[in-house]
Amino acid sequence: MNFKTVAKACVVSLLVSGPTWALAQNQINMAKGVTEVGAQIYGLHMLIFWICAVIGVAVFAVMFYSIIYHRKSRGVTPAQFHDSTQVEIIWTIIPFLILIGMAVPATSTLLEVYNTDDAEIDILITGYQWKWKYEYLDEQGDNVVFFSNLATSQEEIYNTDAKGANYLLSVDEPMVIPVDTKVRFLVTANDVIHSWWVPELAVKRDAIPGFINEAWTKVPTEGVYRGQCTELCGAYHGFMPIEVHAVSREEYDAWLAAKRSEKVAQTAAAQQALGFEELMASGEAVYRAQCSACHGAQGEGGVGNAIAGSAIALGEVAKHLEVGIKGVAGTAMQAFGGQLSDVDMAAVITYQRNAFGNNTGDIVQPADVVNHKQG
Amino acid sequence: MASTQTPPADYEKYHVPESSSLAVRATIGLITTVFGAALVLNDMTFGDSEAPSSAKWVLIAGLLFFTATLASWFGTAIKENIQGLNSAQLSHSYVLGMFWFIFSEVMFFAAFFGVLFYVRQLAGPWLAGEGDGGRMNGLLWPGFEFVWPPVTTPQESVGGVDSQLIANNGVFGTSERSMAFADAHHWYQWLPMWNTIILLTSSFTCHVAHAGILKGDIKKFNRWLAVTVALGIVFVFLQAAEYYEAYQHFGLTLNSGIYGSTFFLLTGFHGFHVAMGMTMLLIQLIRSVKGKHFSASDHFGFEASSWYWHFVDVVWVFLFLFVYIL
Amino acid sequence: MGAHHGPAKGMSRWLLTTNHKDIGTMYLWFSFAMFILGGAFAMVIRAELFQPGMQLVEPGFFNQMTTLHGLVMVFGAIMPSFVGLANWMIPMMIGAPDMALPRMNNWSFWILPPSFLMLASTLFMEGGAPAFGWTFYAPLSTTYAPPSVTFFIFAIHILGVSSIMGSINIIATVMNMRAPGMSYMKMPLFVWTWLITAFLLVAVMPVLAGAVTMMLMDIHFGTSFFSAAGGGDPVLFQHVFWFFGHPEVYIIILPAFGVVSQIIPAFSRKPLFGYASMVYATASIALLSFIVWAHHMYTVGMPVAGELFFMYATMLIAVPTGVKVFNWITTMWRGALSFETPMLFCLGFLVLFTLGGFTGLMLSIAPADFQYHDTYFVVAHFHYVMVAGAVFSMTAAVYYWIPKWTGRMYSESMGRIHFWVSFIGFNIAFFPQHFVGLAGMPRRIPDYSLQFADFNMMSSIGAFIYGASQLLFLYNVIVTIVAGEKVGEDKIWDGAEGLEWTVPCPAPYHTFEVPPKIDAVSAHA
Ligand code: HEA
Ligand code: HEA
Ligand code: HEC
Ligand code: CUA
Ligand SMILES: [Cu+2]
Repeated sequence: MNFKTVAKACVVSLLVSGPTWALAQNQINMAKGVTEVGAQIYGLHMLIFWICAVIGVAVFAVMFYSIIYHRKSRGVTPAQFHDSTQVEIIWTIIPFLILIGMAVPATSTLLEVYNTDDAEIDILITGYQWKWKYEYLDEQGDNVVFFSNLATSQEEIYNTDAKGANYLLSVDEPMVIPVDTKVRFLVTANDVIHSWWVPELAVKRDAIPGFINEAWTKVPTEGVYRGQCTELCGAYHGFMPIEVHAVSREEYDAWLAAKRSEKVAQTAAAQQALGFEELMASGEAVYRAQCSACHGAQGEGGVGNAIAGSAIALGEVAKHLEVGIKGVAGTAMQAFGGQLSDVDMAAVITYQRNAFGNNTGDIVQPADVVNHKQG
Repeated sequence: MASTQTPPADYEKYHVPESSSLAVRATIGLITTVFGAALVLNDMTFGDSEAPSSAKWVLIAGLLFFTATLASWFGTAIKENIQGLNSAQLSHSYVLGMFWFIFSEVMFFAAFFGVLFYVRQLAGPWLAGEGDGGRMNGLLWPGFEFVWPPVTTPQESVGGVDSQLIANNGVFGTSERSMAFADAHHWYQWLPMWNTIILLTSSFTCHVAHAGILKGDIKKFNRWLAVTVALGIVFVFLQAAEYYEAYQHFGLTLNSGIYGSTFFLLTGFHGFHVAMGMTMLLIQLIRSVKGKHFSASDHFGFEASSWYWHFVDVVWVFLFLFVYIL
Repeated sequence: MGAHHGPAKGMSRWLLTTNHKDIGTMYLWFSFAMFILGGAFAMVIRAELFQPGMQLVEPGFFNQMTTLHGLVMVFGAIMPSFVGLANWMIPMMIGAPDMALPRMNNWSFWILPPSFLMLASTLFMEGGAPAFGWTFYAPLSTTYAPPSVTFFIFAIHILGVSSIMGSINIIATVMNMRAPGMSYMKMPLFVWTWLITAFLLVAVMPVLAGAVTMMLMDIHFGTSFFSAAGGGDPVLFQHVFWFFGHPEVYIIILPAFGVVSQIIPAFSRKPLFGYASMVYATASIALLSFIVWAHHMYTVGMPVAGELFFMYATMLIAVPTGVKVFNWITTMWRGALSFETPMLFCLGFLVLFTLGGFTGLMLSIAPADFQYHDTYFVVAHFHYVMVAGAVFSMTAAVYYWIPKWTGRMYSESMGRIHFWVSFIGFNIAFFPQHFVGLAGMPRRIPDYSLQFADFNMMSSIGAFIYGASQLLFLYNVIVTIVAGEKVGEDKIWDGAEGLEWTVPCPAPYHTFEVPPKIDAVSAHA
């Protein structure tokens, strides 16, 4: 009989002490966060945790005392009391007061989180199935726009390659922000609801299609901060990470300038004709990054139709371009016109028309894409 | 503490029906109906609508079977009542059942009214870039201004196409006119006003019928109940006329953005409930005329239907206020 | 009349029955079947999450598993199990001959199995089953949903109809069928908690019906309730859903509170402490549950005033719930405790539910929830309150009343083994989820980054242990029914109180055809 009591006491005390032990190692507790707000939230979290822990210990102590000392096998006779307005009032009021004690710091932190005024930089974040678009808003209208895709390979995910250090948490093009600067995020979505979360910045905001939510951060230390989409957004919800590089102001300015010139270069590149090999090579890369999740690594289809032997990929170029640029309404096939550069679009269409046994021999040039877009 | 002994003198046995196939039949009917409905809807939306479909026959069969079962269910309950199986306590169970059923209906409509208030008071202004919730929304829907009834949808405000940032969400048009009171010169052509008058009157006539039966005046009861049913029919007819007008002349459809959505949702479900209530009253009328089922002390079937009718009426008053007037 | 008849023979007994005990039995078995089904889905989830990388299923299918697991457990396992318990026990506890509306009672049950069949059949449809989570947020569940969503919507409608009819029946029974002398404040607490639960159900199931109806219209009739392009709002869906969804979680837990309030006094051999305050606390929890729904939506970008309102209201729920916890513990205080299986499960409930409640309180703090929301911390929270809360108490109820139902005693030693295996398995499965959640693992993902690997493996192992312990439970129940030791006396537990212990074991097919007389002494004491 008695060893059971002991066993139970052990299990339960282990449970109660679990979180305490958890504090020792960072990865089993909430990220402390690098920002001021993050630290506040962390403090709040620990405060409530300790309050609950203390209440828990008190409550369970009483319970275990009864379990051990007021057991029938010890031959006790049960008391018969069953009411006491006094204690009942006390244990209604005390928790209430404790709650007020929690609500005060919670309120001030919340107000802080909501204060998005006076930001120096505005970044429009748009969630897509299953990638993020970052648009650095510029007063002169010279916005910098790019997409940020998962960089982990299908081979790693399907266990044929060893998994890298930042498995599922690295992207092809990270968001870059300067340190010590208040950055405002304007969060929205293109299709379904996503949620943009970077734990160490303590920023989590849902991306609602058709509405814009605001959030902000001010990062004091340079570094790479990673996060993930946290609202179920379809099949590949688990595969749309976030990577934020906080860099010095100079680095940021240089990066922004480079992005701007890249944009100019791309427009120029769209004017040039490219060779078949070149198109196929970059087309394959684009295909693997953008299309293979739905259309299969070998064009065999999946969420999307098969590309191998597809009537569209073997038919008129114009129709193929139409599908690639505008998507197919009401299906998972989205409009890639705004997501891929004209060069990439030309490359991937060329690739689809000449890979997986589709031997049309067609070469689609960036200029064709531009023309198609202009109608 | 408790003992099972001789019953108190005034104890009437509670009638627990032996066993009954009604529930299983009703289940088959209901499930076939919804299964058929799902098939029909999917053909319509996802399938190849050209292809001949047998889906609708499943739906029709389900509906027929379900209706027939409900009819025999109520028939059984009525028969039991006539046989005198219903004690006062059992009748009270029916009263409670009807009351809480109506309460659940109240909550059903409450949800829809909640939706209306939300889009009018919160979502609409946010889409237009106002307030805490959507300060920056002008980025998405430049030029969208929110007024109620809305003359335009966000989508139309950006040129009828999808917003730059929102893909594949379907096409939402707007209507030329709302159903609100527009033309003071032709006020008598404004159907909602007539419908209000009709429903309020019918609630009154229903009450007169009730007063009649309470005095045992079956003639009066039948007469006024008939008037109530007739008013119900006129209401449904006028409602249909209003829908026709909306679709044909105002361009107001289910696709006309949130105004059309809330308008048809609220009035449509209300209209459906009027039709149900009217059918219930009609059945009571037939019972009274043909079967001579009711007396001054025993007319629960009618009472329950009349509660339902008053409920439908009250919903309309709110509807009239919030959908048409305010 | 048929008053003295026993049950009919064969299938038709069950198909055509109007007997509250038969219907209760069917509910209980059905819910157990659904528990196994939902559990099997959970096993797929845990197996895929055993290691990082995709192993067993595709991401889309994983989401279908998550969705169906949540739906089947909530609507198929937990809710019907307590309805079954209500059917069995409420008439016996209040001295009624049956439920108030027996035929409708049977109908409420029979529409459940086909609607779950319809829901499960979506797994085999083109485009797969619903994959948008049990919360089915628009527009993932509308514009971007597979065609099977239509069947899902109708299945929900029917579940709603069933719950509403079931609750109306319970309300009518409790309000109208109490034996003379059984005043409201003498009713056993289980009856009280169910009465209040039934009010909640009648109030919120229609709202859920409204939500799926609007979905249906958006999908098939071109309306724009949940589409900003037409002037609607996807977040509107969440408001409507959670107006239902939050009371729903108390619908799940209140009857469990009722069960615990019956069992703890029985094994403490001491009256329940603070009966009246228990009733008031239950009512307060129910009332508060209507004004806290948006605590599931702290991150959607509500105006800050709304955020604050919902935060304060949510925190308040800790007060009445605390009253309950304190009352239970005070009931044990200076009692004469013994630890048969039902009591063990109640103690498990008490400890683990309180832990789950604490994490709930943490979640209610809006700014902190920005870090917790949609992570495994939330998953841990709700499995503590729902599995260790609702399922444990349901298990306790089965052990407690099974002698009354079958006339046979379960094996105490097997019962204890079942308890310890599930208690330990449960904690291994769900305690580490707090850690991975805090460390940043989002929920509803089929694959995770490497730092979460160890705890996930642990969690999966615990889940398998806990799952296996449920097979043990099934075995215990079956052995009890076919070969359990026959019990002689009416009152199995020396400390138990209540009218159900005044009738023989097994309870005769018809009980209290003539109402019992309730003495002046309060029935619950
Ligand atoms: C049985 C079901 C159940 C129960 C009882 C509860 C109880 C509570 N829940 Fe939980 N909850 C769920 C089921 C449940 N929950 C589910 C299913 C979800 C997720 C849904 C989804 O997204 O899929 C969820 C999610 C959820 C969230 C949203 C998290 C998020 O998505 O970000 C929040 C936030 O506030 C919350 C809060 C609470 C609170 C405050 C309680 C309180 O009722 C708890 C009160 C109890 C105590 C506090 C312990 C005992 C009290 C004392 C000993 C007194 C003294 C204590 C103090 C003063 C501290 N819950
Ligand atoms: C009351 C409701 C309830 C119950 C009882 C459970 C029970 C369990 N749940 Fe569930 N769960 C939810 C309600 C519930 N859950 C909800 C609402 C969600 C959210 C869904 C969403 O995000 O939309 C969720 C989500 C959820 C997740 C997160 C999924 C994700 O985010 O992707 C996980 C992961 O571990 C999980 C695990 C489990 C496990 C292991 C059990 C176990 O307790 C199950 C044990 C039971 C059995 C295993 C069955 C019996 C035995 C057999 C079938 C024999 C076979 C057994 C073996 C071979 C070992 N649940
Ligand atoms: C999110 C999933 C997804 C991604 C990513 C995707 N597609 Fe598709 N694609 C689809 C679906 C679904 C269809 C089928 C549409 C339909 O039903 O007509 C489709 C159809 C097509 C077709 C027509 C094939 C046919 O025979 O009908 C082409 C061409 C195509 N996609 C090209 C692309 C290209 C190029 C890319 C990458 C740049 C891409 N897709 C990325 C989902 C996707
Ligand atoms: Cu995007 Cu989840
Ligand atoms: Cu909640």
